[in-house]
Amino acid sequence: MTDKKIRVLVAKPGLDGHDRGAKVVARALRDAGMEVIYTGLRQTPEMIAEAALQEDVDVVGLSILSGAHMALAPRILDLLKQNGQDQVKVFIGGIIPDEDMPRLKEMGITGIYGPGASTDEIIRDVREAVQ
Amino acid sequence: MALERHVISSFLEMSLTKSILEGNRLALARLLTQVENDSPEGREALTELFPHTGKAHLIGVTGAPGTGKSSLVNQLALHYRKNTNKKVAIVAVDPTSPFTGGAVLGDRVRMRDLSGDQGVFIRSMASRGSLGGIARKTASVVQVFDAAGYEIIIIETVGAGQSEVDVARLAHTTVVVEAPGLGDEIQAIKAGILEIADVLVINKADRPGVENTERALRSTLELAHPTKRVFRHHGKNMAVSAPAIDSDIWIPSVIKTVATEGKGIDELVAAIANHAAHLRQSGDWAARDRARLGSEMELLLREALLDRFLNNIPQTEYAEIMEKVLNRNISPYDAVKFLLNGK
Repeated sequence: MTDKKIRVLVAKPGLDGHDRGAKVVARALRDAGMEVIYTGLRQTPEMIAEAALQEDVDVVGLSILSGAHMALAPRILDLLKQNGQDQVKVFIGGIIPDEDMPRLKEMGITGIYGPGASTDEIIRDVREAVQ
Repeated sequence: MALERHVISSFLEMSLTKSILEGNRLALARLLTQVENDSPEGREALTELFPHTGKAHLIGVTGAPGTGKSSLVNQLALHYRKNTNKKVAIVAVDPTSPFTGGAVLGDRVRMRDLSGDQGVFIRSMASRGSLGGIARKTASVVQVFDAAGYEIIIIETVGAGQSEVDVARLAHTTVVVEAPGLGDEIQAIKAGILEIADVLVINKADRPGVENTERALRSTLELAHPTKRVFRHHGKNMAVSAPAIDSDIWIPSVIKTVATEGKGIDELVAAIANHAAHLRQSGDWAARDRARLGSEMELLLREALLDRFLNNIPQTEYAEIMEKVLNRNISPYDAVKFLLNGK
C-alpha cells in the first residue's frame, strides 16, 4: 500500500524579512493535502538546495520580495542540478517585474506568482507539475 | 513484462542500497521517501540494509509544544559534531492534519546552524495519522540512517501532551523537555510523559519560575525512585535506612538548559552518555533492542495477516456483514467470529 504525498519546500532566500506570503502559501498547500517543509527566513541558495535534497521534495517554492530574483533563482536551479535533483520543480512568488518573467521561465522556473495570485491556482499548478 | 519490471527495479534498488552504504546523500533521501511511503522498493531496501543496523545511539526528544525541542536538538547536534566525528541524523516529526492529510513541517527553522555540514542529515516527517507522537514509519526511517552510518540519531516527536510515548519504545535514551511556566500542569503530566524520561530537561532556564519547576520535577522523581537519604540528627549525619538502591535502576537526571544560548548542553550530553553507559552495563541496551524489534515484527505480522485474510474473503461478504452490524442485527464481535469461522 503506497501512500504518496506531494512534498514541497517553502523557502525565503535573501534578506527581506516579509514572510507572510510564504506562510499563506504554505498553509494553502497544507490544506490541499501536501506536506510542506518550511525553512524560515534568510536562507542562502546553498541552504535551500541542501534542504531540498535532504527532504527529497518534489517542488521548491521560493518567496522573493527583495528584487534579487535574477541572482537567486539561477543559483538555486544550478545547485539543485548539481545535486542531481533536476526533476524538482521550482516556483517563485513575490514581486517579479513582467519583463523578468520570460527569462526566469527560460532558466527553468515552472511558475511565477505576483500579488493577487490565487492559492487555488498555485495548488492546481503544483499538482499538474508533479504529475 | 511484469517479471522484467521486477528485475529492473530490483537492480536499481540494489545500486540504491549500495550507494547509501557508500554515503550517497541523494540516494539516502530518495530511499527515505520510499520507506515513508511503504513502497515495495522501500521494503526490499530495508531488508538489504537491515544487517548493517544496530550501531547507532537513538535519542528521543519529546515534550509539550513550545518547550524548545527543536532548538535543543539543534544544540545537541552541534555539540556532537564539534566534539566527536560521528555523523548525526535528525528525524523531526510534526503532525499531519486529520482533515486534509497535509502538514506543515517547521522544525528546520530552528536548525539553521546545522546547514552546510555534510555530517548532519535532517529529515522532516509528517505523523500521517499516527497518534503516538511519531509516525508509523519513523522506526524504519531510523533504521535506514543507522545502516547509512549515522551513529547518533535524534528523533524529535510532535509536540506531545500526555500519552504520546511511542518514542520511548523506539529510542535508547528518551529526553523529556519541560519549561518553566508549565509548572501548574506538572501534576497533570506526571503520570504520562514524565514516566518515559531517562533525562529530564528544563529548558528556558533563564525564565522566572525555574526553581519551582525544578522542585516539582525533582519531587515527582523522588516519589517514583526512592533515593538514599541522610538525616541530620544532633548535628551529626545519620544514615537512615532507606530502601536499598538497586544499581540496575536508572534515576533520571534533571538538567537545566537555555537552548537558544547553548547553555547546559555539555551537561545534557554528559547525562545522555551516562544513560547509554548505564544501558550497556545493565544489559538494558540489548533488552530495549529486543523489545523494539519484537514489536516491529509483531506489527508487520499483524498487517500481513490482515491483508492476507481480507484478500481471501469476497468483498461482497465483508460488505454484507458490515451492513448487518450497521443495522444492529449483529455485534462487531459476532461479525468477527462470523468472518473467521464462517458462522
